[in-house]
Amino acid sequence: MPTSEDYKGQAPAWCPGCGNFSILKAFVEALVELGIEPHQFTIVSGIGQGAKLPHYLKCNTFNGLHGRTLPVATGMKLANHEMRVIAVAGDGDCYGEGGNHLLHAMRRNIGLKLFVHDNQIYGLTKGQASPTSMEGMKTKTQPFGVFSEQLNPMALAVALDCSFVARGFAGEPEHLKGLIKEAMGHKGFSLVDILQPCVTFNKINTYEWYRQRVYHIEAEYNPEDRAEAFKRALQWGERIPLGILYRNNRPVYEERIPVIKDTPLVRQPFDPSNSGITFKEFY
Amino acid sequence: MDYSIKLGGEAGQGLQTVGDTLAKVFSRAGYHVFSHQDYESRVRGGHNFFQIRFSDGPVSAPREKINILAAFDNESIARYEGQLMEHGQVIYDSHSLKKSFGKPQFLDIPFEALALEHGGSKIMANTVATGAIMGMLGMEPDILLGLLRETFLRKGEDVVTANVSAAMAGHDFAVRECIKCSFALAPPGKPKMLISGVEAIGLGAVASGCKFYSAYPMTPSTGIMNYIADKEKEYGIIMEQAEDEIAAINMALGASFGGVRAMTGTSGGGFALMVEGVSLAAMTETPVVIALGQRPGPATGFPTRTEQAELLFAVHSAHGEFPRAVFAPGTPEQAFFLTNKAFDIAEKYQIPVFIVFDQHLADTQWTFDGFTLKEVRYTDYRLRGDLLKTLDTYKRHLFTENGVSPLGVPGDSRHLVVTDSDEHDEEGHMVEDAETRVRMVHKRLFRKLPLIAHEIAPPLLYGSAEPDIVIVGWGSTYGVLKESVEALRKEKRIAMLHFSEIYPFPSNENLRYLDVLRNAKLTICVENNATGQFARLMRAEKGYEFHTRINKYDGRPFTLEELLGELNAHIGRL
Repeated sequence: MPTSEDYKGQAPAWCPGCGNFSILKAFVEALVELGIEPHQFTIVSGIGQGAKLPHYLKCNTFNGLHGRTLPVATGMKLANHEMRVIAVAGDGDCYGEGGNHLLHAMRRNIGLKLFVHDNQIYGLTKGQASPTSMEGMKTKTQPFGVFSEQLNPMALAVALDCSFVARGFAGEPEHLKGLIKEAMGHKGFSLVDILQPCVTFNKINTYEWYRQRVYHIEAEYNPEDRAEAFKRALQWGERIPLGILYRNNRPVYEERIPVIKDTPLVRQPFDPSNSGITFKEFY
Repeated sequence: MDYSIKLGGEAGQGLQTVGDTLAKVFSRAGYHVFSHQDYESRVRGGHNFFQIRFSDGPVSAPREKINILAAFDNESIARYEGQLMEHGQVIYDSHSLKKSFGKPQFLDIPFEALALEHGGSKIMANTVATGAIMGMLGMEPDILLGLLRETFLRKGEDVVTANVSAAMAGHDFAVRECIKCSFALAPPGKPKMLISGVEAIGLGAVASGCKFYSAYPMTPSTGIMNYIADKEKEYGIIMEQAEDEIAAINMALGASFGGVRAMTGTSGGGFALMVEGVSLAAMTETPVVIALGQRPGPATGFPTRTEQAELLFAVHSAHGEFPRAVFAPGTPEQAFFLTNKAFDIAEKYQIPVFIVFDQHLADTQWTFDGFTLKEVRYTDYRLRGDLLKTLDTYKRHLFTENGVSPLGVPGDSRHLVVTDSDEHDEEGHMVEDAETRVRMVHKRLFRKLPLIAHEIAPPLLYGSAEPDIVIVGWGSTYGVLKESVEALRKEKRIAMLHFSEIYPFPSNENLRYLDVLRNAKLTICVENNATGQFARLMRAEKGYEFHTRINKYDGRPFTLEELLGELNAHIGRL
């Protein structure tokens, strides 16, 4: 069984007090408890502070481009669907630059686990508004405050019938660990939006701000009720729900592809002389 | 014997079906075939043509003059009557065109009435027309009837019988009524292979062990998607239709990182979106093959027409400095083997490799004696399974003598496979230090570059070994250049220099092409673009400037007559 020592990577270059530290910790603990070893999964990440996460632990890694996490992860999952493929992105990365890919990954219901470090601000580029920044937030590039409606990833996911929709909070790593484990165990596409205070650039959505608002979804809540899930997804402001908002058992993309029904693509050998190519169709 | 048949009509009238059928009949009869198409960006209406040239000798270019015009609309007659050669014939149905032509070269064939009478439905008018063309040429209908049987078998015996009757009705009508038809066909021979440019790229990918193809539909590259999707089950391939071209290339990179051979394809506008992904392939040293089907730009341009204006785009695309290879096949046969070579080079050196083609090559069908798998290269350069397990240590971007690091398959062992779009160390983790950066540039670029350049074949010299006149081209102008040399070589010492492996620019060592050019009295670079992109690349890479250029940028390919006219004008000034 792996221990948290087995996952020790480079020293993180995040700001002291950054919400990413507790996300990293929760993530490693979840993997240890699930007994997943470093070579048994791959993290695909984009660009942003959260996207540096795979360098700070040990695993197979494709750290690609800003916004393009999901298509790389999709290609990899289709090449080897027995590999656990995890996508790590930030709110700018996944809800902004890569928004189109998110819609289509949810539509496909491909078995990727997406963890979004949602700090409602651009950290890496030093403090511009992100798609989840709240209306009115003033930044260097939004001197009159944000005019656009805040993107609601939970409501978007429920609307697209995403098969696993959850929200965690970096300030509650134990709870977050549980969500990560649940997401890892889910077969289809899983979205876990993680509220993550940015101690340097986001002076509105602080640990304190979140702590006053978040609550755990009650045990008797039925996450399979889509209409109820949509109501919960719309909650923001005074009360912000944490936990599994929605889940369903939609067919999983990779399980519907006849070509990989028995064997992953990567383990299907090729030999041109034995490929069965006859050129007959061209005569 | 060298005949051209033109089928003209609206989109949706089935020109493609008639054209494909005729081309197949001629190739099965052992004739050499060259077909090309001209169509508009619409599904119904407008005006399109499909032209088939067949001969007892090799043919590789469109002709301007035609022997038979099958007119399915009035516009065909207005546009192409003037292209008819002496003793040429127009066939049409006066009932559906609502017009009669009394001229001797016009033959009114009641396509629809015969279809209704013998086949039971007007739908079979095209089958009647196909049969009629067989009759006009004096060809036995057996090959056509066999083909109809194969095509319609799935729809039941009744449909087969109806189509056979319709074809025979057309055939017999033409034999009886076309008294002026005086076509003399060479005796049939051994069946030939008939294949289009896009099919050849698709087939080349399949034969190279491509396991993953992701793309967003865009003319003229969609044919590759269609071909590969059709083969998914047979050869164990996944063809993923991506949400956009950005996703398409990133998916291909993900699949390649996952351990399989991967490819994407698009046209100029889609490639513009992919460009950042090309750079990602370079930095992460992830093999990928990119088929770039050119069409006239800028922007949407002429969506269904042809141009060679993306060569410099392919050669220079993406930010940063990194090695790549660019191939530009001139025939479907070259497209097949260069697609294979593209995969080999991409995997061997872990780089992006381009197959630059255009609408003209994509849609033209050619005949060949046949391809063989013996010449197909296949080496699995990846470290998988036990090979990876037995290593003591593994570093994805290990510094090596030749710059090529071991390409491990993630999950196949306890060794971790790590890569990054940031500058990284040997393990693949991001770094900021200058020393590692410099070593990585040496590894990724300088060490690999001479090895890749060494793989590039010289251009093809065809015609006179010591030419006075050299005509130079790349990609899809191969056929028309070759036939121009054949037409002029009796009187002139003329040769063609054709480049199909363009970047890294071929060295002068194996074939001293620069000497050939410098010793000639007249060198002409012929390109289907406005600015002479290849001529510019030649000047940049080799410091050689062509004496003159012939450029065509109306969205149409060169016809043989047209290019000969232009060449003769230059030669006349010598």
